[in-house]
Amino acid sequence: MSVLRVSIEGFAGRGFPVSADFEAGPGITGLFGHSGSGKTTILKMIAGMLRPMAGQIEVNDQTYFDSSRNIELPPAKRRTGFVFQDARLFPHMSVRRNLSYAAWAGKRKSTRPFDEIVELLGLGGHLDRNPDTLSGGERQRVAIGRALLSDPAILLMDEPLSSLDYSRRMEILPYLETLRQETRIPIIYVSHEIDEMARLTDTLVVMSGGEVIACGGTTDLFARLDLGPALGRQKAGAVVYGTAGQTDREFGLTTVDVGGQTIEVAGADFRPGQSVRLHIRARDVSIAIARPKDLSIRNHIRCTVEDIQIDETAFAEVSLRASDQLIRSRITRKSATELGITAGLEVYALLKSVSVERRAMISQE
Amino acid sequence: MSEAAISIILLSAKVAFVATLFATPLAFFVAWLLARHDFRGKSLVQAMITLPLVVPPVVTGYALLVLFGNKGLIGALLHDWFGFSFAFRWTGAALAAGIMAFPLLVRPIRLSIEAVDRGLEEAAATLGASRTMAFFTVTLPLVLPGVLAGTMLGFAKALGEFGATITFVSNIPGETQTLSLAVYSLLQSPSGDAEALRLIIASIVIAVVAVVLSEWLARRIRRGRAR
Repeated sequence: MSVLRVSIEGFAGRGFPVSADFEAGPGITGLFGHSGSGKTTILKMIAGMLRPMAGQIEVNDQTYFDSSRNIELPPAKRRTGFVFQDARLFPHMSVRRNLSYAAWAGKRKSTRPFDEIVELLGLGGHLDRNPDTLSGGERQRVAIGRALLSDPAILLMDEPLSSLDYSRRMEILPYLETLRQETRIPIIYVSHEIDEMARLTDTLVVMSGGEVIACGGTTDLFARLDLGPALGRQKAGAVVYGTAGQTDREFGLTTVDVGGQTIEVAGADFRPGQSVRLHIRARDVSIAIARPKDLSIRNHIRCTVEDIQIDETAFAEVSLRASDQLIRSRITRKSATELGITAGLEVYALLKSVSVERRAMISQE
Repeated sequence: MSEAAISIILLSAKVAFVATLFATPLAFFVAWLLARHDFRGKSLVQAMITLPLVVPPVVTGYALLVLFGNKGLIGALLHDWFGFSFAFRWTGAALAAGIMAFPLLVRPIRLSIEAVDRGLEEAAATLGASRTMAFFTVTLPLVLPGVLAGTMLGFAKALGEFGATITFVSNIPGETQTLSLAVYSLLQSPSGDAEALRLIIASIVIAVVAVVLSEWLARRIRRGRAR
């Protein structure tokens, strides 16, 4: 089922061409790309702040824009909740007036009760404050709440975390995850941070140079080797699903079952049987031909080399299959040659570091 | 204070008030045009507005006489069609004061319009607000302190206007003789010093009250925002 259908061509601010053709379903769809790749332009076209040259934009089978039929709904008539990078709270209104703006100025009746959204975003104590006195994280939460209370059919988020420092980001992320589960509102999430994509998104649209170069399930795209440059070599890696098992309280580790094999991740606050989402960066994965002993790296996964991509650089990208999941490894080209790594070879993936991106119940497609 | 002095002060207040009342909405419109739109002849419009500030007031007064005098280009039409006249009447004094105050009104209003983050209007639109609604709920409240500052400055200028007024509508007691003109006349006569001093003090008091009032209003606007 698709919620958003976009097929447009147009120009971004400084006149470089942008085109996009993708569909987004329920859940969070990430619009990923480096700065200047045209992702914010696409988002603004969906909201009606920019006009595409040609094409169609549909949300829930309602046409927002269609150049062939001369349809262009003004922004106020589109039910798109927009969360701006810089929050854009109205400085002359209290938090409460900001949150209820869509109700009193936009004549929008929210299907979600005001109090529920306030509670969801933890804004109860801030309602009578002036936006100027809020912290960056609080401002962004108010902005999210304000957008949610405008009764949107879809929520568009334009790098909502990029203006915040690390600790503020960590403060907001859980709210975004809650949002995803509790409100069931489809979200288009624009960012150039691969970690946010790994943690939040179900579907990924990868943009580069004004064009969509890949579109698909987040796990599938993260496993693809050919997207290396677009996803960022340093941070690229695989998204893997697992099930939490026993917790070792003494050492603060929890076992996670990944396709029948067990690894350990840091953290003791897991429920046994809980579904977890892991982000394993390619550069944190080493390869051994035999099961290693006496090593500080405790996580070894037996897998088969699925694919290897060697280019002119010093590095090789290797894709490893462990039952139904793919892990990526980035090793030097020399190692790859000396170890004789080719498709079909049985190897051990040594995971130096595993980050748990999501602890929620995931519906695995 | 003499009855004559009181009537002079009231006349001045009336002239300045009417001048500001008519000039403010027009200044807002022009400031909006200059701040938000690009059009052919924009710099010409800008120059025209600044003109009263830079040319000698006598020149502005003369121009008004040529345009709005009873035999003037526009004045004759107004007289024939509506029976309305600016010449040698307090309305003419108000017109002169309004024209002279206009550039002082436009500038702060324009600056405050330019200072409004247009992203806020975009945000209002995504929340369902029409353009008109966004203007009245977001833009106007944010611009208001600038409008107030402009109005105050314009009022002060209108109150003290001298050169253009005396050239355009002359110095007729009871009709066009405002504070500045009266002080000027009194200083011309050997026995007028005491009365002139009283009017000078009155004009200072009016100016101080106006400034205090505008500061108080600006504070109220700012505090109102917190709610």
